[in-house]
Amino acid sequence: MGFFFAQLLTGLSNAAGLFLVASGLSLIFGVTRIVNFAHGSFYMLGAYFGVTLMGILPDYLGSHVGFWGSIVLTGVIVGLVGALVEIVVLRPIYRAPELFQLVATFGVILMIQDLALMSWGAEDIMGARAPGLRGVFRIFGEPIPKYDIVLICITPFILIALWWLIAKTRLGILVRAATQDREMVGALGVNQRWLFTGVFALGSALAGWGGALQLPKGGADLLMDMNIIGPLFVVVVIGGMGSLPGAFIASVIISVLNVFGVTYMPQSTLVLMFVVMAIVLIFRPYGLLGKEEVAGEHGQVGAPEAPIRPFGRTGRLAVTGLLAVLALLPLVSDPFLLVLMTDIIIFALFAASLHFILGAGGLTSFGHAAFYGGGAYVAALLVTYAKAPMEIAFIAAPIGAGMLALVVGWFCIRLSGVYLAMLTLAFSQLVWSLAFQWRSVTRGDDGLINIWPSDWLSGQVPYYYFTLVIGAAGILFLRHVIHAPFGYALRAARDSARQAEATGINVKRVQYLAFALAGALAGLAGGLFVFAKGSVFPTELEIGKSFDALIVVFLGGIKTLSGGVVGAAFMATVEDWLTRMEYWRLMLGMLIIAVVILAPEGIVGSARRLGERLGLIKRAEAEE
Amino acid sequence: MSEILRVENLAKSYDGFQAVKGVSFSVKAGEMKALIGPNGAGKSTCFNMLMGQIKPSGGDVFLDGKRITGLRPRQVWRRGVGRTFQITGTYASMTVIENVQMALISHNHRIFSLLPRARDLYRDEAMALLDRVAMTAQAERPCSVLAYGDLKRLELAIALAHKPRLLLMDEPTAGMAPSARIALMQLTADIVAQEGVSVLFTEHDMDVVFTHAHHIMVLNRGELIADGNAAEVRANPQVQEVYLGGGMLFKEIENA
Repeated sequence: MGFFFAQLLTGLSNAAGLFLVASGLSLIFGVTRIVNFAHGSFYMLGAYFGVTLMGILPDYLGSHVGFWGSIVLTGVIVGLVGALVEIVVLRPIYRAPELFQLVATFGVILMIQDLALMSWGAEDIMGARAPGLRGVFRIFGEPIPKYDIVLICITPFILIALWWLIAKTRLGILVRAATQDREMVGALGVNQRWLFTGVFALGSALAGWGGALQLPKGGADLLMDMNIIGPLFVVVVIGGMGSLPGAFIASVIISVLNVFGVTYMPQSTLVLMFVVMAIVLIFRPYGLLGKEEVAGEHGQVGAPEAPIRPFGRTGRLAVTGLLAVLALLPLVSDPFLLVLMTDIIIFALFAASLHFILGAGGLTSFGHAAFYGGGAYVAALLVTYAKAPMEIAFIAAPIGAGMLALVVGWFCIRLSGVYLAMLTLAFSQLVWSLAFQWRSVTRGDDGLINIWPSDWLSGQVPYYYFTLVIGAAGILFLRHVIHAPFGYALRAARDSARQAEATGINVKRVQYLAFALAGALAGLAGGLFVFAKGSVFPTELEIGKSFDALIVVFLGGIKTLSGGVVGAAFMATVEDWLTRMEYWRLMLGMLIIAVVILAPEGIVGSARRLGERLGLIKRAEAEE
Repeated sequence: MSEILRVENLAKSYDGFQAVKGVSFSVKAGEMKALIGPNGAGKSTCFNMLMGQIKPSGGDVFLDGKRITGLRPRQVWRRGVGRTFQITGTYASMTVIENVQMALISHNHRIFSLLPRARDLYRDEAMALLDRVAMTAQAERPCSVLAYGDLKRLELAIALAHKPRLLLMDEPTAGMAPSARIALMQLTADIVAQEGVSVLFTEHDMDVVFTHAHHIMVLNRGELIADGNAAEVRANPQVQEVYLGGGMLFKEIENA
């Protein structure tokens, strides 16, 4: 009994920090409709600023005032950083589709990572203990850290304070009004720009406080930002986006579950969280306290997509030429270039599969790596345990990934817009946590190794040709599908779901099958990858991998068929060049943000526009 | 004339508010019937229940004697009902002809086909449909650059693609210039006459209604208060009460 109760209390104290961070995310989403992926970065900044301030303030203010003053001040500082980010990065893109906002906030993540590395170094920093709260209370004979009890007691007050702020103050009324109808609030004379900035600052401050408050239980390190994204999004998805009480309930559920999970099922703590999420979503697709949202609030950026055409003579010549050059490459190039090209082709196929559902389907998947890594793991597991020959394992990769996509898609395709994005992200984290924690099968982060191709494909050159043939076939197949009736139906469903439904098209089924097809092709890329490297690790399933593909598609141009391929080639080249610099994340982050704001049509789209302006390309249609 | 559509006691309530209160009517084969009424009378709700965009809270809809209540829009479409919307819902990223081809592909059950190129399928049929609405000259233009009136005509061509027996048109001329309104409705009337398609439409322009509708129904506060030909509806005291109140003519309301 005592042990049980102690566990419960530990869970509740963990819920405090999680709730603080999640409430900030939820608040920001509720008002601005922006899913702030950089929220984890503000949490991390909170921890770092907290550590620094706790090293300074207590000397001047005494230990108690110094400690708590540091926490309060940390929130204020992080709030100001948040306001700066909102003004510089997000203001220009509020009306853009959610993908733009994701990519921009991901740029912020990269920048903050390197800025934190510059400021605080790569070493993990231990958190300061709370003065006067170092000991434990004995409850039913079990030791409970005093600080945990304090956290448990603080949380309801924070919830009440936030509730009071939202429900009772004038600011809260404006915030709620803006949540419901932004334009009307603007029309009534409220300066909603500053309202948004204020809310974003408050949300960031909450994340900062969350980071600072957990210091006595942990510390500050550079992985905090990514590590909290999984639980954070699970909490917000379970609770219902934009709902503070929902975030509170979900934080408690997840934290308590985690603590009991650690005790009774130490192998599956991470998985448990996502299983709970899946169960909740089966019954309540918009979360416990979330309301159904009508998607499509986001506007268009740039000109509407031009009608697609099959390759003309020039296009066919260009593709043939490129393939010929790639086929002749092994004759002239050094092994290093061949490895790089193999990587680029694999990545291009992965990106093209994401581009298929993202561009043609309009379905924003934030967790596409689940199918890429999933395919790689299917092949690797077959080789490791079933001693399957490479050929069988390789064919199983796209099939397994496609089946995984059928399962994930069943949950996700019911939703749309940002909810779909969040859910795909959460499911990819579920797959990642399986690979990471189910050590007896997947060997966790030791990875699966010795996954080599058959003799006829071993060696740099044969495998390069294999990759080239499969990769090019996969990409051209996807391109063909976009031109086939199925691809047209997919674009019809994206352009006007209502019209599609009213002319006999089962929109959800088309989207579901497209999702599965994209998953299978991502799995094919994963299969190529695992035999190219001879091993696979959980990193191939990480959020970062999904984001890489998103950024590539985005850089290339969502509205252009070749966007994924061009973006992948560009990214691989730039990364190869950038990563030689010390602070390459900072540069890449700035580059990404610049592209989002300055060239939202991507490389291909912008190049086409430039060509049109210079008269090199005939315009699709002259404006009248 | 035989009945193509029969509606019995159709009702919809939202949280206790009754938007449509047990409406019954029928549409005969080959007729053009208008459903009019003041804003908020429940016209659009009625329409959306016929095609399945909204699930009714009570009552039944029969198409050719077969019950279609609660079917999804795509299922109702497969049974031969076409629909145009108040705000056009064409596919902006496709050309004019591809929009029509898409409906033909769906009609021929080839949505899930992966092999042929969609742009090569049913081109001739699509062109013939575009010819019906005088849009062949614009067949290869992107849909996103069309003028509004042309979009409306394109929508009509799409709605005719599966040779429907019944066409539901929600405010077909809303937002159009007066001359374009008459042209579009004349086109629709010609099609009705040639192919025996029945049309049920809602409309605010009384000129259009009284020129083209064979029969007119008037909906007020969710209740059907009149159902008859133009003269009968004009003479109906309840309709006069609702529309005219102080004794204005239809024309004056239109211009007010």
